[in-house]
Amino acid sequence: MNIIHIEHIAKIYQVGTEEVHALKDVSLDIEKNEYVAIMGPSGSGKSTLMNILGCLDTPTKGAYIFSGDNVSEMDDNELAAIRNKRIGFVFQTFNLLPRSNALHNVELPLIYAGLPSSERREKAKQALIDVGLGDRLTHKPNELSGGQRQRVAIARALVTNPSIILADEPTGNLDSKTGEDIMALFHELHQRGHTIILVTHEEYIAEHAARIIRLRDGLIEKDEVVNKRIIPQFQNGEE
Amino acid sequence: MTSKYWFEIKEGLKISLNAIKSNKIRSVLTTMGIIIGIWAVVTMSTAIKGIDLAFQTGVSALGSDNLYIDKWAWFNNDVPWWKMRNRKNISMKDFKKYKSLAKLPAAVAPSILTRQAVKTKDESIDFVFVVGTTADYIHTTNLTFNQGRFLSELESQGSRNVTVLGSEIAAKLFPAGNALNNFVRIKGHKFKVVGILDKQGSWVLGNFNPDKQVFVPIGTVFKHFQKESFGSLTINVKSPNSQLVPAVTEEALGIMRKVRGLSYNEENDFAINRQDGLLSQINSTVSVIQIAGFFITGLSLFVGAIGIMNIMFVSVKERTKEIGIRKAIGAKRRTILGQFITEASFLCLLGGLGGLIFAVITSLIINKFLPTSIQYQAVLLAVLISLITGILSGLAPALTAAKMDPVEALRYE
Repeated sequence: MNIIHIEHIAKIYQVGTEEVHALKDVSLDIEKNEYVAIMGPSGSGKSTLMNILGCLDTPTKGAYIFSGDNVSEMDDNELAAIRNKRIGFVFQTFNLLPRSNALHNVELPLIYAGLPSSERREKAKQALIDVGLGDRLTHKPNELSGGQRQRVAIARALVTNPSIILADEPTGNLDSKTGEDIMALFHELHQRGHTIILVTHEEYIAEHAARIIRLRDGLIEKDEVVNKRIIPQFQNGEE
Repeated sequence: MTSKYWFEIKEGLKISLNAIKSNKIRSVLTTMGIIIGIWAVVTMSTAIKGIDLAFQTGVSALGSDNLYIDKWAWFNNDVPWWKMRNRKNISMKDFKKYKSLAKLPAAVAPSILTRQAVKTKDESIDFVFVVGTTADYIHTTNLTFNQGRFLSELESQGSRNVTVLGSEIAAKLFPAGNALNNFVRIKGHKFKVVGILDKQGSWVLGNFNPDKQVFVPIGTVFKHFQKESFGSLTINVKSPNSQLVPAVTEEALGIMRKVRGLSYNEENDFAINRQDGLLSQINSTVSVIQIAGFFITGLSLFVGAIGIMNIMFVSVKERTKEIGIRKAIGAKRRTILGQFITEASFLCLLGGLGGLIFAVITSLIINKFLPTSIQYQAVLLAVLISLITGILSGLAPALTAAKMDPVEALRYE
């Protein structure tokens, strides 16, 4: 079954008097438990596509069906609900709340989902244990290393048990060893049945996925299966 | 569903507490306007309540169902003062005629006011209100005694040199508290103290305050201080109850016109005064204070609200990224709106509590002059006002935050 079905979507921005066609005509399907990388140079429209896939933005034209729901016609609040319950974001800059500890950061989506406090705490704790941070619950982001911060972000993405995990350059701010660890974590999540969409401009990172969609000038240039996938290994320890 | 809102409010409170903690000085400065506003509103309502209370107790000591027949109208100025000045004095003869004709009053007594120096061997007070009256005077009032008694019938008829002292006068002249049966000199004449009043009134009554008066038989006034023809009497009339006050007034009007020999087409050459006049005068003073107070309060709350609004705009701008993150992981517009409104309200509430603390301190000081304490209604009002101010001033910044585009907000550095 398709989790994501997009049909001839376009995104046009108005910059001053000029129209910028960030996406011209993109159609694609992503199935459950796929591991897809979206690649492209800057200006190719990959960020725009990611924002639309992540329901942060809606397309100007075309249809986006997200596990049966027509997202392109949703209003702000409905989009927020979709983001909250069915999408897990992992960002390049982690985007954790700096004044909150790891546990509270992971709890946040559950707060917006309206879960009772004890259940929230339990789930958040489990998510942190799952990413190997069971001993860092009360640490604030500035007390954690880059890799640990990204793990907190991944725990936050996982805690609502979303349909897709959307990772935007997740290793961009990490050294290669730590990046490898994070990729190993994604690999593990994929093995456990999660659907992962990875946005990157690095060939090496993209080759961890099973499928690569290459964008150029707002169009899909190539949609290919990766023959020689890189299977990452956990490095022992970090930093 | 309500529990969901509760989470959001709780989360909002936690966030605001954090934000306030990390910007302590800024928060205090911002809430200054609210602090001053709330302080003003609570202090003012406390003071007004105090004046009211002081007045009530004072009036009840003077007697509440009383009329005062006088040459002068005390409060209403329908008749020009020079006309009143030219009226005949009210004499003892007038009083006696009135007394013999009046059927309704519970008690009547004449009184004449002079200002004299009152001395003991060691102490002296100038310009004391010396009230010359009769034994019946006590029945027209609710005065109570600390020691001794009022002037007796015999003493007042015989114009004996005896006196009753108001509490403040007694305390000043006899610091040792041995006034009773001691002697004072009024304008050089020796008077025996037969009674000392309890503390009755309060300074709000001004010259009517019995604490600052001295009572002597009316005859001694005419004998020692001033000629009978020189001053005009006030006739104190006590109605048996408040329902009968209009009837007593009507009767007094009729009798006095007869006593004064007025024909049907002549104006009254006397006035029948009531304490209501004093009440309305105090009320008008109070309402001036009230208007000024509300103006000051309103102004400082307005300035405070602008301050809060300003700081909330700054806060929203500073936390654009945070808003982006929250939106990305599922915060709805309403949630973000609630968060910032909660923060503004919380800030205002803290300001309000600060103002309340200052108001409590101020009321302790006021308490030295007025019998009062902070009213719980005022506290409730203060909390309500600061909450409303917070909500109103947080609204616009919170709306900006709620409307932010998550993509843009996430990109903000």
